[in-house]
Order: sequence, then structure tokens, then C-alpha cells
Amino acid sequence: MYLEVPQSLKLIVNQAHQVAKHVFRPISRKYDRAEHAYPKELDLLAALMDGLSAGGGQRSAGVDAVQREAGAGDGVRNGANMATCLGLTELCWGDVGLALSIPRQGLGNAAITAVANPEQKKRFKGTWAAMAITEPGAGSDSANIRTTARLEGDEWVLNGEKIYVTAGSRADSVVVWATLDRNLGRAAIKSFIVPHGTPGMEVVRLDKKMGIRASDTASITLTDCRIPKENLLGTPEIDTKAGFGGVMQTFDNTRPIVAGMAVGVARAALEQARELLSEQGIEVRYRGSFFTKSAAEAELIRMEAEWEAGRLLMLKAAWMADNGIPNSMEASMSKAKAARVANRITLRCVELCGPLGYSEQELLEKWARDSKILDIFEGTQQIQLLIIARRLLGKRSSELR
Amino acid sequence: MDNEKIINEVMGGGLRALNRLADSSLVERWGLEERTQQLVYEGAKRMAETAAKAARRLVRRDREASHRLPAKFDLSLREEQQLMRDTLRRFADEEMLPAARRADDASAPPDGFLEAFEELGAIAMAVPESLGGTAERMSAVSQMLVAEDLARGDMGLAYAALAPSSFVSAVAHWADSDQHSRLIPIFVDGGGAPATIAVIEPQPLFDPYALRTKAKKRSGDYVLSGEKSMVALASRAKWFLVAAELPKVGPRFFVVERDTPGVEVVSQPTMGLRSAALGRLKLDGVRVPREALLGGEAAAEEGGAVYDDAVNRARIAWGAMAVGAGQAVLDYVIPYCNDRVAFGEPISHRQSVAFMIADIAIELESMRMLVYRAAGRIDAGLSCRREAYLASTLCSEKAVEIGTNGVQLLGGAGFIKDHPMEIWYRHLCAIGVMDGNLLV
Repeated sequence: MYLEVPQSLKLIVNQAHQVAKHVFRPISRKYDRAEHAYPKELDLLAALMDGLSAGGGQRSAGVDAVQREAGAGDGVRNGANMATCLGLTELCWGDVGLALSIPRQGLGNAAITAVANPEQKKRFKGTWAAMAITEPGAGSDSANIRTTARLEGDEWVLNGEKIYVTAGSRADSVVVWATLDRNLGRAAIKSFIVPHGTPGMEVVRLDKKMGIRASDTASITLTDCRIPKENLLGTPEIDTKAGFGGVMQTFDNTRPIVAGMAVGVARAALEQARELLSEQGIEVRYRGSFFTKSAAEAELIRMEAEWEAGRLLMLKAAWMADNGIPNSMEASMSKAKAARVANRITLRCVELCGPLGYSEQELLEKWARDSKILDIFEGTQQIQLLIIARRLLGKRSSELR
Repeated sequence: MDNEKIINEVMGGGLRALNRLADSSLVERWGLEERTQQLVYEGAKRMAETAAKAARRLVRRDREASHRLPAKFDLSLREEQQLMRDTLRRFADEEMLPAARRADDASAPPDGFLEAFEELGAIAMAVPESLGGTAERMSAVSQMLVAEDLARGDMGLAYAALAPSSFVSAVAHWADSDQHSRLIPIFVDGGGAPATIAVIEPQPLFDPYALRTKAKKRSGDYVLSGEKSMVALASRAKWFLVAAELPKVGPRFFVVERDTPGVEVVSQPTMGLRSAALGRLKLDGVRVPREALLGGEAAAEEGGAVYDDAVNRARIAWGAMAVGAGQAVLDYVIPYCNDRVAFGEPISHRQSVAFMIADIAIELESMRMLVYRAAGRIDAGLSCRREAYLASTLCSEKAVEIGTNGVQLLGGAGFIKDHPMEIWYRHLCAIGVMDGNLLV
């Protein structure tokens, strides 16, 4: 039992931290103000990250790296899932929006890694893939999507409308969820890679947002959009028994990453609040009765304890993934806990720091705006609770709805 | 400058330059984006190679250092820990869960309970082989797992069972060799004169670093005065490990025998934990020989670290107790809410019910991770004051929450004594109060 960050991952954590500190933080406010301006620093950063991973002999800290590893054989592993979670923690300590905009590190890339076959992995190597699930009428109930895919000869023909696509306009391609047959429910939902430039796929709108403004959030329409048959990820068979498994298993890998993002932004806020409060003579001491502390010190300690809980649950979920242990419930737990805690912490730190927290003088108010999305995307808090409760109680989605 | 610093300097410099480069309008105007990206790629690659080499040197240096840290984040248990858990879980299911109600009513552990626990070899397990025990190595993680598994059976009985083994493990950890040979055989060789630890004092805002119990040096002996509280097995204990403030030195532990003049024990019925037969220990000018100072004369000088260690270990122990009792609550509400039908279906089909259960599970796992981490740090030889404090902070708050939600989920059934839920509610309220009296 040893729950510290392993020495073997410290290099990757340190690299990500340097990027966050020297690249993200200095331009954080700039792209928060200039929403929809493309952060050109990111092209260089992508080249830099590719170079770093080539030179360091390690995989990058990006979401494309997460995958299931065989658990058997050589003992306990601290692998790609943990590295990615820790890397994103650092990057989001710098800036959540910019971390979501690193080229070739889209959520679609995680899906490709999770479910693509070897030929597809080769063909789409180096692509920057966004993920398009949500529709105007289907958010959390993703089984209810209306975008359709119809096989015509050697091509899939896609029709529908997607919203809230993170990096949807900047990415090279979009992983689109569509149903082969609306009558067959979730088992008929498949994912497809659609490269930008494919006739019929169009970015129709960029959302203006409260937070993560450095990241583009696109609405995309698909009108008789034709893609090769081979662009379906996974198997085209509709297996009503296997159900949602195929497309949903991506989440077991990506939810701990979102937990990591929450842990990162929350740490940024906590550190800043501690620093500002320390200038007012408030020091955090891990001794003495909790109740004899000033309210500010007690609050900092309580937040730190909650923050550690989110962080350790994230590490646990990632550790399970790295060691081939099924982790759906733990992935949801980590995301539910880390995201709600991060949101509470960032808001509380604004309050604790008063006008310094609320004004644009510091980044605290920005972090409080950025953190909210983490409790919403990749499954809202309430969806995570449903998943956890169903697992615990042994209920199907038709029973516990 | 060490390697880590060099890595940071090199990377930091390069990365700042990158921002300037990206901001430069020349790059764009001259159409140099791709060329620049290529340069950055090559530069970064070289930078990473240098950093990786330096990092490998760093790792090697750390490994060579005499104190070796485990290489990996690892939640798995050692084989003997797993075996021990299996045994303790059976013990909790068979000997504790069914006995909890009667013991609570009687404000005492059932006859033969402490002996049955001793027969498991649990006390010898707290003592290393070198001192005549059975532990291959002293492990805070192992002791923490014992506390968790027993508390799942019943926290009150767990407290009764663990007080003597905490006393013994404190002696094993911190006594000098004279004290080892005098005290350890009494407990390891069976017979097991009951022993317990007394740190907590009966005042609001108790702080283990602000003890009111004082030890005064008087012609070579120590004279103890003060009052201790919430002491497990107080009236049957023959040995007490008492924490007292040694003026101008700090808090230290003293071994006090029951029949020393000036020692008085008064029973102290409490809201929960009743089956541990709690009591107050009054010390009125209790004169003990200088050998009673745990760790001997050296401890007077250097015992501060020992006391810090004990405070951390107590917090981990009570955190583990909270995790065990919280697990009992979760294990109980799941089948209950699945079986209980209202409005024509199991109440677990309602989100307001199901989400409360999900939240219990999330917070329970949060507590567990913080407690495990702190214990893991002790076994790895790392400091854990911060981690133990945070674990204790989180556990105090969440334990009460889990207790009250457990009763709420059962409704009226949670409030009456037909179910064990109300005992767990009372037990879990102790977590925020108990800052001492136990060790991992």
C-alpha cells in the first residue's frame, strides 16, 4: 500500500507543470478575453509535446494515450492512464481551456485509442479528433440520439445535428455518435470518424461561454455526409446484449482524466488563496483543534482534505485502468467527487479572497468560471450518481431511471 | 544546482521562448510557421532527452540512497495482509455483528470476547518477531486494516479489542530495552493483563498538544496529576499508557499500573462506543518511578517525535474505524432499500434514495483513500502529519454524515433498536471527538 505519485511519472508531471507554468499561465487571461481567437502558441506547443515524448521515451500526457493495458504478467503497473491523469492535472493547473485545445489531444482521440482497430489506428495516427455526442434533444440521455447512419454501398451516410462539440472546429476530424436503427436503442449506437472537409459536415456555430473560453465549442450539422465504410469505429453488428458497452467504455478512461482536470484547477485556486491569505497572516497549520482555528484557516484545511479525496479517487481509478481491473464505478466516483469538490473550492476561494478573488486582477474568478463545466461534461454529476447507484444496488437503467 | 532544478530551468527557459516566438508577428508574416514548428520539435526532443537522462540519474540516486521508497503507486495488499483480512472479516461477521446489541446494552464486551480476539493472535501481530511477537515487520497499514475490519463488525467492540494491542504496539515501538523485556512478555505470552491508552482529556476543544495532565519530576520519580477521558476498558485495565505534559519538555507517555496510589477509575457512559466500557482515569499525585517514562530517560530529551508519531497514528486508527463503520452502514442500506417497497416499487428505484446511497459510497471511499495514504506513508518512512490531519478532518465530517444518512434511509426503522443502524449512528459521532487513545 503506497499511494504517492511514483518516481517513474515525476518527469512527465514535471514537464506538464513547466508547460502549464510557462506557456499556459502567461496567456491564460489573453485567451479568456479573446474567445474564439485561435491560440497560435498551441501549434508550437503541440510540436513541443511531440518532441518531448519522442525525446523522453515516454508517452505524452495527452488524452490520446489512455488505453487498457493487460494486467497480467509483470506485476503492478503505473501506466498511461495514471500518467495522463497526472499530466492533465498539471496542464489544468495552468489553464483548463488551453489544455482542451492542445492539437491532437482531443477526446475523440481517446475514443480512437479505446475502440479503433489496428488499421484505423494507423490510418488516423496524428489526427486531432473531437468528440460529438450531444444533440439539441439528447444530452445526458445519450441513448436517445437522433443522428442516423445509413449504409449505402461502401459508404455510411450521416444525418443529424451535434452540439457542444469541444474543439469541434479546430480539430482535424470529429468522432460522431450516430444510430444505425433508432428502434434498436442503445445497442445500435456506433461512433464514426468524420474528417473535416468531408462534404455535408459543417460547423454552423461557435458557442459563447462562461468559462473555458480558450476552447472552442462547436455546433455541427451533418447533411447526407458520406464517409467510407471503414470509418466506423468498432464493429457494425448490433448486439443488443452487449448494449452500450462499445461506445461507453471510452468513458471509463476519460472520466478519471476529467477528475484530473478538476484536481488541477482546484489546486490552482487553493494555492493562490493560500498565498493571498498568508499575506494577511493566515497560515495553515496541520495541528491543534480544528475549532480553535480562524474560520479562514479551517476552511482552507477542509478544502484541502476534500481536494485530496478527489485526487486520490482519480489515482485509484487510473491505477485500476492501468492494471486491467474493471473501473466503471470508480471512474464515475472520481469524476463525481473531484468535479463537485473543484467547483466548490474555486468558488469558495473567490469568496475567501474577496475583491481580489472576484476581480480580474487575479485568475481566481476565471478558475471559478472554468471549473463549472467539469461537473457537466463527460457525464454530469447526476449521471455519475446514477451510474454509481445502479452498480451498488444492482439495478438496470429501466429500474433506477 | 541539482538535476531537478536543471530540468526546470532548461524547460522553463525554452518554454518562455516559445511563447515569445508564437507571439512574434515575423513568424507569421514570413510564412515560417511550419519551419518554426519543426525547430521547436527538434529542440524539445533534445531538451527531453537531456531531461530524461538527468531524471534517470535522479531516480538512480534516489534508489541508491539508503532509504528506499516503493517504486509504484499500489493499492494492493501483501499476501499476509490479505490473509489477515479474511480472518478478521470472518471474526467481525461471526463474533462482533451478532454480539453488538447485547454489548451496547451491557456497556461491556461479552464474556470471552477479548480472549477470542487474542486467540486470533492479533496482539502478538502488533509485536515484531525480534521482541517475541509474530510480525515480520511492524506495519501501520496492517494495523489500520485490522481497525477497519473490526469496526465494520462493531466500532465499540473494536475499540475494546484494539486498546490492549495499541498499548502493546506503543511499547514495542517506543520503549527502551529494559521496558521491552519487562513489559512485552506479559502481553505476548498470554494471560494478557488488560492494558489501554489514555490521552484524551475531558474538556471542550481538546488538543493532544495542550495536555492539562502534568508530570512533575520529583527526586528521580515522576508525579502525575490530571484526568483522562473516554478510556477503553478503564475499569478492568491493569496498565495505562498515560500522556502527560512534562513541563519545559513537552507531552510524553508514562506507563502507569492500576494499583498505584492516587489512581482512580470512574465509569463514563457515552452516546456510543459503550461496549468498550469507557471510563475516566483520575490521577491525583500518582508517583511513578523514572522507568515509567516510555522510552526511558532518552525520551525526556528526544521523545517529541514519538509523541508526534503517536498523534498521527491515533488519527489514522480512528479514521480506519470510521471507514469500517461507514462500510457497515453502506452494506446495510443497500439490501434494505432494495427490499423496502413503497408506492409500488423498491425505494431504491427513487433517485432521492439512490443518490444518498451513491454519496455514502463516494464519501466512504474518499475517507478510505485518505486514511490508507497516511498509513502507507508511515510504512514508507515518510512524514504524515499533514496527511493524518487531513484524513482526520475529512473522516470527522463524513462519518457523521454517513451515520445520519444511514438512519434517514431506514426511516423510522433506523431510529428503533430492531436494527443496528442507530448504534452505528452513535458510534460514528465519536470520530470527531476521539483524538487519541488508540494507535495503528
